[in-house]
Amino acid sequence: MPDIIDFRTDPSHYRHWRVEYDGDIANLYMDVDEDGGLFDGYQLKLNSYDLGVDIELADVVQRMRFEHPEVKVVVMQSGKDNVFCAGANIRMLGGAAHAHKVNFCKFTNETRNTFEAAEADSGQKYIAAVKGACAGGGYELALACNHIMLTDDSSSSVALPEVPLLAVLPGTGGLTRVTDKRKVRRDLADVFCSIEEGVKGKRATEWRLVDEVVPNSKFADAVQARAKEFAAASPKNAPEKGIALDPLNRTIGEDGSVTYSLVEVAVERDGRRATITLHGPDGDAPADAAALTALGDRSYFLRLARELDDAILHLRLNEMELGLLAFRSQGDAAKVLAEEKLLFDNADHWLANEILQYWKRVMKRIDVTSRSLVAFVENGSCFAGMLAEVLFAVDRTYMMEGDFEGDNRPVASITLSQANFGPFPMANDLTRLETRFLGEPERVEAAKEQIGEALEAFDANELGLVTYAFDDVDWEDEVRIFLEERASFSPDALTGMEANLRFAGPETMETRIFGRLTAWQNWIFQRPNAVGEDGALQRYGTGVRGQYNMQRV
Amino acid sequence: MLDLINVSYDTQIPNNVGLSSDKRVLKALEKWHPGYINWWNDLIPDNFQQSLVYLRTAVSVDPKGWAKFDYVKMPEYRWGVLLAPQVEDRTIPCGEHAGEAAWQEVPGEYRAMLRRLIVIQGDTEPASVEQQRFLGKTAPSLYDLRNLFQVNVEEGRHLWAMVYLLHKYFGRDGREEADDLLRRSSGSEEAPRMLGAFNEETPDWLSFFMFTYFTDRDGKMQLESLAQSGFDPLSRTCRFMLTEEAHHMFVGETGVGRTIQATCEAMVKAGIEDPYDTDAIRALGVIDLPTIQKKLNLHYTLSLDLFGQEVSTNAANAFNAGIKGRYMESRIDDDHKLHGDTYEVWDFEDGKLVRKEVPALTAINMRLRDDYTRDASGGVGRWNKIIEKTGIDFQMKLPHESFNRKIGVFADKLFDPDGKLLTGAEYDAGMPDWLPTHADGDFIQSLMVPVYEPGQYASWIAPPKVGIDNKPGDFEYVKLHMA
Ligand SMILES: [Fe+2]
Ligand SMILES: [Fe+2]
Repeated sequence: MPDIIDFRTDPSHYRHWRVEYDGDIANLYMDVDEDGGLFDGYQLKLNSYDLGVDIELADVVQRMRFEHPEVKVVVMQSGKDNVFCAGANIRMLGGAAHAHKVNFCKFTNETRNTFEAAEADSGQKYIAAVKGACAGGGYELALACNHIMLTDDSSSSVALPEVPLLAVLPGTGGLTRVTDKRKVRRDLADVFCSIEEGVKGKRATEWRLVDEVVPNSKFADAVQARAKEFAAASPKNAPEKGIALDPLNRTIGEDGSVTYSLVEVAVERDGRRATITLHGPDGDAPADAAALTALGDRSYFLRLARELDDAILHLRLNEMELGLLAFRSQGDAAKVLAEEKLLFDNADHWLANEILQYWKRVMKRIDVTSRSLVAFVENGSCFAGMLAEVLFAVDRTYMMEGDFEGDNRPVASITLSQANFGPFPMANDLTRLETRFLGEPERVEAAKEQIGEALEAFDANELGLVTYAFDDVDWEDEVRIFLEERASFSPDALTGMEANLRFAGPETMETRIFGRLTAWQNWIFQRPNAVGEDGALQRYGTGVRGQYNMQRV
Repeated sequence: MLDLINVSYDTQIPNNVGLSSDKRVLKALEKWHPGYINWWNDLIPDNFQQSLVYLRTAVSVDPKGWAKFDYVKMPEYRWGVLLAPQVEDRTIPCGEHAGEAAWQEVPGEYRAMLRRLIVIQGDTEPASVEQQRFLGKTAPSLYDLRNLFQVNVEEGRHLWAMVYLLHKYFGRDGREEADDLLRRSSGSEEAPRMLGAFNEETPDWLSFFMFTYFTDRDGKMQLESLAQSGFDPLSRTCRFMLTEEAHHMFVGETGVGRTIQATCEAMVKAGIEDPYDTDAIRALGVIDLPTIQKKLNLHYTLSLDLFGQEVSTNAANAFNAGIKGRYMESRIDDDHKLHGDTYEVWDFEDGKLVRKEVPALTAINMRLRDDYTRDASGGVGRWNKIIEKTGIDFQMKLPHESFNRKIGVFADKLFDPDGKLLTGAEYDAGMPDWLPTHADGDFIQSLMVPVYEPGQYASWIAPPKVGIDNKPGDFEYVKLHMA
């Protein structure tokens, strides 16, 4: 077992995936190494996956965007003969602690979302070319692709066998995408989700489970032809080459603190919290898109996004007891705004676009992080525009008001920009400010009028942008009391409360996946029928069936 | 009252399951029938279809006299649906329902599992006919030609048996699966057969004999374990299929034995003692023993792959459900539940082969495979007796189960036939001595010329000791229709 789960990887370290680039088409092969499980005690047979497999997939998708922007179509397929993917590894799930299962599912959900969105966000369309068994999480992988092709060899099928086989749910978006995305009729969906062996051939298209079924002898050709057709139809103005994403430099201290170039994570174990400091730019913004491209992964927001993303994932998986994440920032707000202006001014440039889209994903990653989230807007901070978005992602914001004794940093302020009014929607498709002011839409307008103003505590408070503003007299005590109080509550209750309060407003497929489906799955993951000693997950593979308490709850 | 021993011929489909009063199933089977006949007619070369073949046809399920022999044109063969007689008060022999009354209807919770098992078994039956379709053109004798066709029509009947179960007990899904059994075809790019060994070619008669000896024996073991099923109609179906299957393995064992016999006799006659004096032996028009051993290595290992992974959830589920038992389940002296029991299987750890105890339930496949190996070694011993009698110093043997495997813990690793782990270079160097080469194939192919004169045999194979149905040596087993 690894000491910590490391989310940093690159193609030279892949054990489970490989990509063959062919002009504007990339062939992505899933070929899971049976013996390459992240933990001991299970083998990743039949292209089943664990977190380690998904970490690589997330890396593939990310690099596809930044390193291979020339790609317009990605064909996801199996590198194995008779199986596309058998889904999440059951023995891994059976053996994993509840917290790991939940984090695993969350990360896989995020990864599914990112390649599903790649067509709209990055002009990279994913085709699932399904040959062989495609069950459970395997079909969920395919469901998140933009187009599903199934071979008609009279044995390849798609299936969601979780309920009959394992007494859990197709919880990685499976149930939701079947109804909301593929719009399968609910009664047929009910049948589909109750049969272990799934649906094959023509019926799979009739039931809308796949987009097309192709004769087996023509399958490979049909897939490549479809890929070419999609690539030709793509409106993407693709550059010839991308930029390199070099390995992130990260140092982990003995106390668990983590240091990157722009992000620092300080750990306070007694208080069960981590403080994440975001630093402003250390230089001037590049002059134009060409200069941005030349900077590549050293450009400010890309570096910040990568580091912050890694920090959040690291804390989620490796620091389960740090129940509260506090965000602060230090730096020059004007420089932050200059960096983002370059991105917005060049939003039709591929790299600027990718960086903005990535920031959107990182903000969403924060939204669904099951920790208490708080931001401290202190003197010397640089919460402006894109960085200010963090303030509206967290559960509460505390802001310093006026001069503090012995503190010669610039007085705390917040500056809004266009970044806070559209480009970074939450899962509910609203901006964070729209969600915040769901009952008072006029407040969004009022805030919009303040774009570009450095808003100090009084104004920020008036506008409803912060929870509390405290001066030198009260600050320290109020913050301390809040942190202590928060640390005393039940983590379960907090997780539930926060998740419910964060996503006001309309439901989308994404909110249904993260909210409903995940919550139901996590409930089932606690129930003896699934995870008890005699439950289906524990007994899977022994030949003995799960024993169920037949009472409906 | 149904006559369950004697077969009724009052429908298009001979049967002892009362089809004429089961309109629903009869209709379904009659609908399926033309597709089957098309499949058969497309498959077997026309001049053989028109020939009269001395075949046995099952006319009863009474073990004392179940078959009758006569000349039949194969398309007119009466493919019937025959179940062994019901055993009164039969109980489920194993798993969590052990001791309960056997199911006469499909239990809902095991419907999918049962259907899958029946489909997999059913898929192998027509597959071997497809694999063997061209062999008639190079038959070494009319006797062997007749045996080939006998095996073929019976595999066809086994397909019928499985299709009957699908139609009778599995509703619409069952009918679709039955149609798919005719859609898939061996080696097809479009829709291949489900199991690897059934998509391999049977290029020559020695392969056919090896196939019927080793691969039909896998079929036998599968049927034996399905004959233990708590689902009584499946059990009865398989029990009857086993009576026919015995002949297939007889064809295999005697076919290989006669090939060996011809080789040894020719060597003795020519005064050749060294079994490795390949060129001299081959010049006699017989197949040298080392090449026969290579064929054995190939077919035995392909057949081992049919048993699946060493540790298998599906097999465990099926056993525990009482859907599939072990070989001779009722004669095994234990609680037939296997909770807490272990079984030793091969595993590969730190670069070494090791024996490892695993829960017995998950090792059901391995136990069956071990039974298979024991069963298969009998004939090998008898082949060696033939060699021994001629005084030639050579022994056939089963290779180690790690050799040439594509499924299970040994897959992707290189072993020699003794189970020694090899480097790539060592393996490449040894391969020509262990598995048939293309050159071996060419040589065997050169011997494959048809001999259609009654009582005559190709040079490479000895005549049988006794004829089928005790017929004399020059009996015309097939009256060839030569258009
Ligand atoms: Fe058979
Ligand atoms: Fe057979």
